[in-house]
Amino acid sequence: MTKARIATVWLDGCSGCHMSFLDMDERLLAIAGAADLVYSPLVDAKEFPENVDVTLVEGAVSSEEDLEKIKRIRERTRILVSLGDCAVTANVPGMRNPFGTKAVYDRAYRENVTFDPGIPNQVVPALLPTSRPVHEFVKVDVFVPGCPPSADTIYYLVTELLQGRMPDLSPKTRFGA
Amino acid sequence: MKQGNTIVIDPVTRIEGHSKITLHLNEDGRVEEARFHVTQFRGFEKLCDGRPFYEMPSLMARICGICPVSHLIASAKACDSLLAVRIPPTADKLRRIFGLAQVTQSHALSLFHLSSPDLLLGMDADPAKSNIFGVAEQNPALALDGIKLRQFGQKIIERLGGKRIHPAWIVPGGVSEPLSEANRDAILSSLPEALAIAERTLEWFKSSMERFREEISTFGNFPTMFMGIVKKDNGLTFYDGKLRIVDASGHVVADDLDPANYSDYIGEKVEPWSYLKSTYYKPKGFPDGIYRVGPLARLNVADRCGTERADQELAEFHELQRTAVLSSFHYHHARLIEILYCIERLGQLLNDPEILSKHVRAVAHPNALEGVGACEAPRGTLFHHYRIDEQGLIRWVNLVIATGHNNLAMNRSVLQVAKHFVQGKRLSRGMLNRVEAVIRCYDPCLSCSTHALGQMDLQIQLVSADGEVLDEIVRG
Repeated sequence: MTKARIATVWLDGCSGCHMSFLDMDERLLAIAGAADLVYSPLVDAKEFPENVDVTLVEGAVSSEEDLEKIKRIRERTRILVSLGDCAVTANVPGMRNPFGTKAVYDRAYRENVTFDPGIPNQVVPALLPTSRPVHEFVKVDVFVPGCPPSADTIYYLVTELLQGRMPDLSPKTRFGA
Repeated sequence: MKQGNTIVIDPVTRIEGHSKITLHLNEDGRVEEARFHVTQFRGFEKLCDGRPFYEMPSLMARICGICPVSHLIASAKACDSLLAVRIPPTADKLRRIFGLAQVTQSHALSLFHLSSPDLLLGMDADPAKSNIFGVAEQNPALALDGIKLRQFGQKIIERLGGKRIHPAWIVPGGVSEPLSEANRDAILSSLPEALAIAERTLEWFKSSMERFREEISTFGNFPTMFMGIVKKDNGLTFYDGKLRIVDASGHVVADDLDPANYSDYIGEKVEPWSYLKSTYYKPKGFPDGIYRVGPLARLNVADRCGTERADQELAEFHELQRTAVLSSFHYHHARLIEILYCIERLGQLLNDPEILSKHVRAVAHPNALEGVGACEAPRGTLFHHYRIDEQGLIRWVNLVIATGHNNLAMNRSVLQVAKHFVQGKRLSRGMLNRVEAVIRCYDPCLSCSTHALGQMDLQIQLVSADGEVLDEIVRG
């Protein structure tokens, strides 16, 4: 039997959902025994691979680069999970939306600067006009609210999905949990 | 860009695709300039405009899921100064405990989950195995120690704050709940195992160092100043004190600086090619005002740790070099000594007779319209600076984050590694791995300004000035 292929990615978020993933502690090694982590900030992978069974996405879609990534990830993933409040609702990253990108850039790169103010525009990807939840751009199969979802919730989610069941997360987590 | 060629490493990982590196070659094919581009920008300095100040600690914690407690502490301290209160002594101590637990878990993450593959399996290891799961196959005890040490810190945070990540326990004026006796005892009983892990990991690290002589001599091994907060007795601290800056020979350049006046001596510069600003010491200007922060810097500025085992190790650490310890490779070593200190210091604080006091929060309305909070985050000095209006709503925020202080040094370190390992127009895997590893020494918390984890992605192109791909390497 071939092992399942799982991936984790992180767009505009704080990495807290990934830290909660690590908070599974010893259970991480059990998961690594049951599935291959084929792409993740934690492993070495050059490009998001084909034929991924489950991808956990942390963070909102905020930049041109995030958008490009999430489309490619969706094409290559069977079950796409929005993990955490930023992926599900844009949450904290979305708080910049009422101000517009100019005001947000200006605060960081013109006002709060001592030397050479200016908006970085070489090499770096531009922000999208607003930061949006993942499902506004691609189909999402499972929504897992929480800031972050607890390690127990993530363990339940992953083990259920690996056993071919669609988890019922309503008793396990909530927005802001 | 100058005449000549450019090598692009895109994206850098263990920074998860949010940064890239370009190396500029001169006409002789020698590396002339290196740029570490941070490609993520989140806008926290603006997005909290209009929010009530008391939301700030919880909101600012969301800057970073790795070191949320540092942001909680710096933010709450900025809010304390808006309230113009002195927080109860027990609240002060409880916040310190929280901070020490976090430094331990964050340093464990950096050392075990991110860097141990390089240290155990070597810089030229098979990338498919170069991760914590590969370490678990090769040396299960080491991997398990890493998981347990990180868990040790996270569990303390959970016991005090109710959850491991983004607890809302630290508040303006103190903390929201006192420490229970049961939790105090449970934490105390977990200290011996953590200390044993720290001790044996430090031994293992020191015995491995001989294998990395070439890396030690080229991984950010150059003179800079170092900055960190020290206590009144010039000892190591993560929570509160005055800033001290030393030069490369270890002599004090500036002492007793009030963190609240950071903008008098720290400048922030924008580069058009990165979202991460570079800070510099204003009296020396840019770029001569280059300095480093974080574990290496803290051990270079502090006269002592103030705990027994950490001080023994600090004395040995200083034997590495007669001046300040300069190679950024030694960040790993410094991190391990700090873990020892944290565990020992946790024991001191938890055994303090005042620690169970129920008086843990000062309550007040805002009494000042501007406040600065500073602390030592795992990766270095962190400043939060807020202005509010008469209603207590945030009107302006500036954040100076640890990784920004190290930006100049990271760029220069990449240059040093590239100069040493890139010869001519051919790219080698060894160079790729080491460019990645030197950045990892700094443990750049790019989720604070961008994102932190991830392995280097594996495409480097050597591109001529007119866009022709001269060479390409893909790892994996």
